[in-house]
Amino acid sequence: MNTPFRAPGHGRVDRDTALSFTFDGTAYTGHPGDTLASALLANSVHHVADGIKYGRPRGILAAGAEEPNALVQIEAPFPEPMLTATTLELYDGLVARGLSGQGKLAAEPDTARYDTMHAHCDLLVVGAGPAGLAAALAAARTGARVVLVDELPEPGGSLLGSQELIDGAPALTWVDEVLTELADNPDVQVLSRTTAFGHYDDGLVLALEKRTDHLGAAAPAHVSRQRIWRIRSRQIVYATGAYERPVAFDNNDRPGIMLAGSARTYLNRFGVLPGSRAVVFTTNDSAYPAALELADAGVRIAAVVDVREEVPEHWRTACAERGIGIRAGHVVTGTSGIEHVTRAHVAPFDQGNLGERQGVDCDLLLVSGGWNPAVALFSQARGTLRYDAGIGAFVPADGPGNVRTAGAAGGTFTLSGCLTDGVDAARQALSAIGRTGPETAPPATAPLPGGAPTRVLWRVPSPQDADDSPEGAVQFVDLQRDATVSDVLRATGAGLRSVEHVKRYTTIGTAHDQGRTSGVMTSGIVAEALGVDVADLGTTRFRPPAVPVSFAALAGRNRGELFDPVRVTAIHPWHVEHGALFENVGQWKRPWYYPRAGETMEEAVLRECRAARTGVAMMDGSTLGKINVQGPDSGVLLDRLYTNLMSTLKVGRVRYGVMCGADGMAIDDGTVIRVAEQEFLLTTTTGNAAKVLEWMEEWLQTEWPDLRVHLTSVTEHWVTIPLVGPRSRDVLALVAPDLDVDNDAFPFMSWQDTSVAGVAARVCRISFSGELAYEINVPAWYGITVWEALCAAGSGFGLTTYGTETMHVLRAEKAYPIIGQDTDGTVTPQDLGMSWVVSKKKPDFVGKRSFSRAENRREDRKQLVGLLPADERVLLPEGAQIIATSDIPEPPVPMLGHVTSSYRSDALRRTFALALVRSGTRRIGETLYVPLDGRAVPVTVTDPVLFDKEGARRDG
Amino acid sequence: MQLITCPWCGDREEIEFHYGGQAHIAYPEDPYALDDEQWAQYVFFRDNPKGPFAERWVHSAGCRRWFNAVRDTVTHEVLAVYQAGAERPAITSTAKGQEASR
Amino acid sequence: MTVETPARFSPLAEWQDRLAQSPAGFQVRELPCLTQLTLRVQPGGAAAKAVESCLGVTLPGPLRAELSGDVEVLWMGPDEWLLVAPDGRQDDLLARLRSAIGDEFATVTDVSAQRTTLALSGDLVRTVLAQGCAIDLDPRVTPAGSCLTTLLAQAPVTLVVHDGAASGVRLLVRSSFASYLAAWLVDACTEYR
Repeated sequence: MNTPFRAPGHGRVDRDTALSFTFDGTAYTGHPGDTLASALLANSVHHVADGIKYGRPRGILAAGAEEPNALVQIEAPFPEPMLTATTLELYDGLVARGLSGQGKLAAEPDTARYDTMHAHCDLLVVGAGPAGLAAALAAARTGARVVLVDELPEPGGSLLGSQELIDGAPALTWVDEVLTELADNPDVQVLSRTTAFGHYDDGLVLALEKRTDHLGAAAPAHVSRQRIWRIRSRQIVYATGAYERPVAFDNNDRPGIMLAGSARTYLNRFGVLPGSRAVVFTTNDSAYPAALELADAGVRIAAVVDVREEVPEHWRTACAERGIGIRAGHVVTGTSGIEHVTRAHVAPFDQGNLGERQGVDCDLLLVSGGWNPAVALFSQARGTLRYDAGIGAFVPADGPGNVRTAGAAGGTFTLSGCLTDGVDAARQALSAIGRTGPETAPPATAPLPGGAPTRVLWRVPSPQDADDSPEGAVQFVDLQRDATVSDVLRATGAGLRSVEHVKRYTTIGTAHDQGRTSGVMTSGIVAEALGVDVADLGTTRFRPPAVPVSFAALAGRNRGELFDPVRVTAIHPWHVEHGALFENVGQWKRPWYYPRAGETMEEAVLRECRAARTGVAMMDGSTLGKINVQGPDSGVLLDRLYTNLMSTLKVGRVRYGVMCGADGMAIDDGTVIRVAEQEFLLTTTTGNAAKVLEWMEEWLQTEWPDLRVHLTSVTEHWVTIPLVGPRSRDVLALVAPDLDVDNDAFPFMSWQDTSVAGVAARVCRISFSGELAYEINVPAWYGITVWEALCAAGSGFGLTTYGTETMHVLRAEKAYPIIGQDTDGTVTPQDLGMSWVVSKKKPDFVGKRSFSRAENRREDRKQLVGLLPADERVLLPEGAQIIATSDIPEPPVPMLGHVTSSYRSDALRRTFALALVRSGTRRIGETLYVPLDGRAVPVTVTDPVLFDKEGARRDG
Repeated sequence: MQLITCPWCGDREEIEFHYGGQAHIAYPEDPYALDDEQWAQYVFFRDNPKGPFAERWVHSAGCRRWFNAVRDTVTHEVLAVYQAGAERPAITSTAKGQEASR
Repeated sequence: MTVETPARFSPLAEWQDRLAQSPAGFQVRELPCLTQLTLRVQPGGAAAKAVESCLGVTLPGPLRAELSGDVEVLWMGPDEWLLVAPDGRQDDLLARLRSAIGDEFATVTDVSAQRTTLALSGDLVRTVLAQGCAIDLDPRVTPAGSCLTTLLAQAPVTLVVHDGAASGVRLLVRSSFASYLAAWLVDACTEYR
């Protein structure tokens, strides 16, 4: 199979295999080893997208990640937006279309796998070009653990796109030898198709490996499509190469205009001729090999336009041998052709003045404005950059001790220099971590003839500079953002003096390519406009990610059921089996309510509430935090941390307690039981378990290390089952035959160890509903067994399981606050109407001193009250604001507080709410208003306890 | 992901730790000898230096120990870690004073 | 009424079959209902010596586990160890230790059901764990006897390396996180099936 734009004998694509693909609706073929860009060029497709702002046709400028133009959207096999055609490996069945800067995310879920892998090494080498390979090899030979990542499908970097020799043989022979040696070393990992995109603290580099993208629809479903590598390395060598930069001239955006080095890559790596008649415009030597190799492959080089007066003799000779004319001291001032470049306008350029223009016909205009070291990652590592006036680029200056560059990334552009640099960088890196080993000598390369320095040229003056007409020719700086030289000048004209500001004003460098071809040029143009030195102006800071990374890749396997850990209790399988709906409480899944067939949530909750108040009901309370407190000073510690007195608690008894911060605000509450003289067990709210333990440890470890107390979390050791309701005693008696359940023998706020359903259990008589209630604790392994035994024993009493919603209603009817729902960190126990829980006897405890602060003694603090909507069917939304007047005033509306809890009550046969209201206690009996859907709903302020105020129900 | 050196467990990723604010803020000997202003100083006011800052951290996902770290608030570099109760080591600023650009 | 032994269910009882289907190179199974006690004692003191003599081992230092005895001793913190013994030993061990400690200050707490244990083995163990563990598990860095309390994926775990090739690893995980971790491990193996 042959096409006119494939050069015989060139390239590394497999021409024996054809891959079919579709671009912009037309079917084409390419070969394994092609990128979409190379395959398009081989099919003579040059217009691949349109500019985002002006809609001008755009072609392929580059051959790699620096491509600003050729953005595509994959339509099949799976939609994916915003990929560069130059990095997209071709596969059979690819359907893509060109994009003008804005893609479209897939509407259907992405079923591909994405994952993450951690790696650790002594040396991470980024980039497997000559410098990177030399560094990795030198390091590997010392026995160091080495990771080498490279973005291309195969290592070699620039060597894949050149015809250079190493040790007298084609450079890729050396590459193969190096790879063989590295592959045999178990301490070396070479990752191809892997782009390092972020440098983070302490030697952490994130890299994206595209593992199966290149397989298209044939990608195996069980292998992750992309993988984020989290590589923690003691030393890092960035051998990331350099990007060629263009020069700005009129209409420099036409399809058919390409970076010279990229054309060389298309020829040597892909066997693709990007045109048939080329003009080469250069400011430096590097375009000559491109011109010569393309000429040798059959491209007619119409002219080499070199801005420099002096062209090295060996290039002159080589060009003359091929009949290529060199126009030294000339520039390209502009182009003709809209869909495709048809002519380059060439003019003498002397002291900044243009001479007479002449047209040179061409279908390919190659440009080289010099090379910018790829310093993004080095810069992310807080490496500083310095302007090198000789090459017109920013090069690494000072880096942190664990980071260095090698090769072109450091401004070394010769092959021999890169190889030596790689070896040196590895040696320095290893020596920095005290590792030595056999020295590796860089391989030999042919001596280079002397070259001539780069002439730094950012833009060619426009012949139309005098012409102010908006219809005039345009000089583009950032081709993706359609930002022009005029835009830059408008920014400096508006007074902007910093490239960071110019970047934001013009959007230059903010596209997918991060300004790889436009950033330095922008600094140059701004410097010229301001009359300052580029070295003083600097360049913009680089930030991760250096290449676009999909959220799917960043999320990895943390999606679906693995998105966030789901914590479950030992009884969870039973809840699932019995149709519970679940509520997320922190990471826990808690049964919310257990609907029966056809029941709404409201009906189910009212039914569950009724069972608890009139019969018997139970719930899974295992998520409560539980902390075992042991040691001779346990009582002392608890006295200091709870507002009430715990040391006087008798063994066998239970006490409710509140903890406050030093500011006096309630932070948690729960029960404390005294297990033994030197042992307590306390409970925390579900969401606060870890925080409370950490808080207690903070005091213990940092403030009172002399206290002999140990704190141990036992949250998941125990399953906790509240058994609630007037008939709970009857049910318990059936499963706990050894227990005397009589009220006198087992009074409120006491606990007993007994056997429940044959399991050693601790039963507490505590109540979070106001009803007669027990809390049964057994080791979690027995949770389901005991739960089911209770179900069986309760069946004759209509035992009903209930969830968190019913628990909330029952406790709210009794005004038991939920810390974090009825409080928000600004609420004291007194505000909650719980002065009784604040000890007057204890000389001090955490929070006590703050209670006497003037702010905390104000009469008009917000206090917890009940609210009864005048219309007993109206359910106030939690969070609703409360105002004093029936008409809603103009903003700002003076607000008195907000609704913290709001429910429908079966016991009260109406809706009710709890609220924090300014001077709430004093307002009991008043009518206030809650703005709701544009009207003010009247509510009566009440005492927060709305049910069984006298506490007659707790003993059954 | 920064590494923080737990005095007991060595280098761990920062996600394993929780922050506890400024270190070496002792609970007042006698809170009731302080007026409201002095007490508020203890409860609410903390230093906010540019440069080395002694902080409390806890290795939540590891050994659960609270310890102190001197962290440079300019570079985030942890300059020293030491056990709770130990004296703050003498550390002078290593911060280059560079403002992070936005 | 007949007296039956009440049924027990470990946190991963429902996962047994799925765990058994792991790929070649990665075996994982739950070691259910092991005895686990938290020991808190100041190392080097009289109480610590009493405990050591009772257990017949030296309490291991930071990041280490003492795996030679009948009771494995895992370092959890500078004054905290987790004692791991076969099923059903908690009452006996608690009594023995408390009696050995006597009036000294040291505490022992039964936490047997607080965590469950996963035994991993096979050539793929390190690779699978590297998907979610930020610590270098290379045997030269984390040799046999290492005991690391850290995060695996998003679950807190204690990771104990049992043999030198680092291919025998125990994971102790809080019971409430066990099914998350099991799901994570099963999913992590997808590629190797």
